[in-house]
Amino acid sequence: MIKFNQVYKRYPGGYEALKNLSFEIAEGEMVFLTGHSGAGKSTLLKLIAAIERPNSGSVVVKGQNTKSLKSGALPYLRRNLGLVFQDHKLLFDRNAFDNVMLPLQICGFDHRESAKRVRAALDKVGLLKREKANPIALSGGEQQRLCIARAIVNRPTILLADEPTGNLDAEYSGEIMHIFKSFHQVGVTLLISTHDEAVLRQFPARALALKHGELQT
Amino acid sequence: MKNSAIQHLRVIRFTLQRLRNTPIASLLNILVIGIALSLPIGGYVLLKNVQGLAEQMAGTPQISAFLAMGTGPDEIARISKQLKDHAAVDHIEFVPRDLALKQLQLSTGLADVVGGLSQNPLPDAFIIYPIALDAQKLELLRDDLKSWPKFEHVQLDSAWAHKLEALLKFARLAVLILAAMLSFALVAITFNTIRLQILTQRDEIEVSKLIGATNGFIRRPFLYFGLIQGMLGGAAAWLIIASSLFLLNYSLAGLVQLYASSFTLKHLSLGDSLTLLGFSSYLGWLGAWLSVSQHLWQIEPK
Ligand SMILES: Nc1ncnc2c1ncn2[C@@H]1O[C@H](COP(=O)(O)OP(=O)(O)O)[C@@H](O)[C@H]1O
Ligand SMILES: [Mg+2]
Repeated sequence: MIKFNQVYKRYPGGYEALKNLSFEIAEGEMVFLTGHSGAGKSTLLKLIAAIERPNSGSVVVKGQNTKSLKSGALPYLRRNLGLVFQDHKLLFDRNAFDNVMLPLQICGFDHRESAKRVRAALDKVGLLKREKANPIALSGGEQQRLCIARAIVNRPTILLADEPTGNLDAEYSGEIMHIFKSFHQVGVTLLISTHDEAVLRQFPARALALKHGELQT
Repeated sequence: MKNSAIQHLRVIRFTLQRLRNTPIASLLNILVIGIALSLPIGGYVLLKNVQGLAEQMAGTPQISAFLAMGTGPDEIARISKQLKDHAAVDHIEFVPRDLALKQLQLSTGLADVVGGLSQNPLPDAFIIYPIALDAQKLELLRDDLKSWPKFEHVQLDSAWAHKLEALLKFARLAVLILAAMLSFALVAITFNTIRLQILTQRDEIEVSKLIGATNGFIRRPFLYFGLIQGMLGGAAAWLIIASSLFLLNYSLAGLVQLYASSFTLKHLSLGDSLTLLGFSSYLGWLGAWLSVSQHLWQIEPK
């Protein structure tokens, strides 16, 4: 599903964020991505979503090399991905419902069918009662869950989550991890970055450990 | 197919909503576009009216060709046939010198003077009605007739119309230059409006790209906005011209009554009005397209 082969990523300015990464994630797998702050976790996830491109080596997602991807094909690759951002990236000019609606509008879904799906996604993350609320009025944990609802509403085959339990207390992070677990059970491929030891202890799964941009074995 | 039509309708509804959300700014933009367009279009309308008036007054152009004195009836018959066979001539009228004298007596009130003449001083003449009515072909025909040996004098009766035509041509060019310049202004106004919109919607554009929006999807609302704003600007220009004409006609009414004529300034025809709307919509779309092409690629998600 996801395959890295000798990937190097250097940012403008010369900093090498990732060095010689090679690994593979199979369809339906749930994998953790661990490492200290600045280890390169976000960079690795951005390479999968083709937000960044590798300087050398190849990143192949669903059989497509992100480097040789035509710009016209990029949106269609991204529609297979559910992205949970570290900074949420919610839109504050519309309510929770419309935030979750956005991916379906982009794909051109029928309005009534979309509304059903949006409510199902909001229900899944426990925000159905807050659908009219502006994201700015939501707590940190609720914003995180809203971001998850937006990532899953389009029923992606791959879910990438960047520190989804980042600044949350234990109760919230447990809730969110249970939501992810349920996606894993229906066959979604998951890659979740975290530096939360408690989460790793509670949900045993394969882990990729990064240290200064290199994969630990 | 049906699905994409629904999407387009949704974008149009969304665009109208956006215009309504900032009523003052939208209204000012539309007015500025309307005023800019109303200058050249108003000039065009006035020209059209003057041209119509000129044609009305000039009537059908004709050429008078006077024969040399003492041309015999055989010769006149031959010339008459030659004229009728001429490719540029529609029909002719022969005015014998006796008839010309009588007409002169009747029409000018010089009956006494003319009656006192011992001899008819007028020549026989042909009045020639050409097929083509434009000035250049008329002159060509006149010059041709001048070279015929039996014609002593050939006169084109619509020389002043020709001068007016030249003047109108100049005025049309001026209107065209004005139109080109102000079209550019319209494009620039839209370009800037869309640039500001893109800046304020940076977040939405970035997120949309991240979750799989195509460039076309992101462009569409901006293009529709430019198109609709341009169209409304065109409609505003139409209304500005309509009210100006109403005022002009009102004050013209007193003037025209003196001459017992029923001359009123006419607005754009239906076809011209639709062309105006189409053109202003296109310019709005073009401004938006340029702006989007210039600014959208700068917003890449990080
Ligand atoms: N856009 C960027 N330009 C330059 N350096 C960057 C950029 N993004 C990240 N980095 C650097 O790359 C390294 C890895 O960053 P990141 O992938 O965000 O780490 P993590 O998510 O594990 O904290 C950091 O040292 C960071 O400063
Ligand atoms: Mg990070």
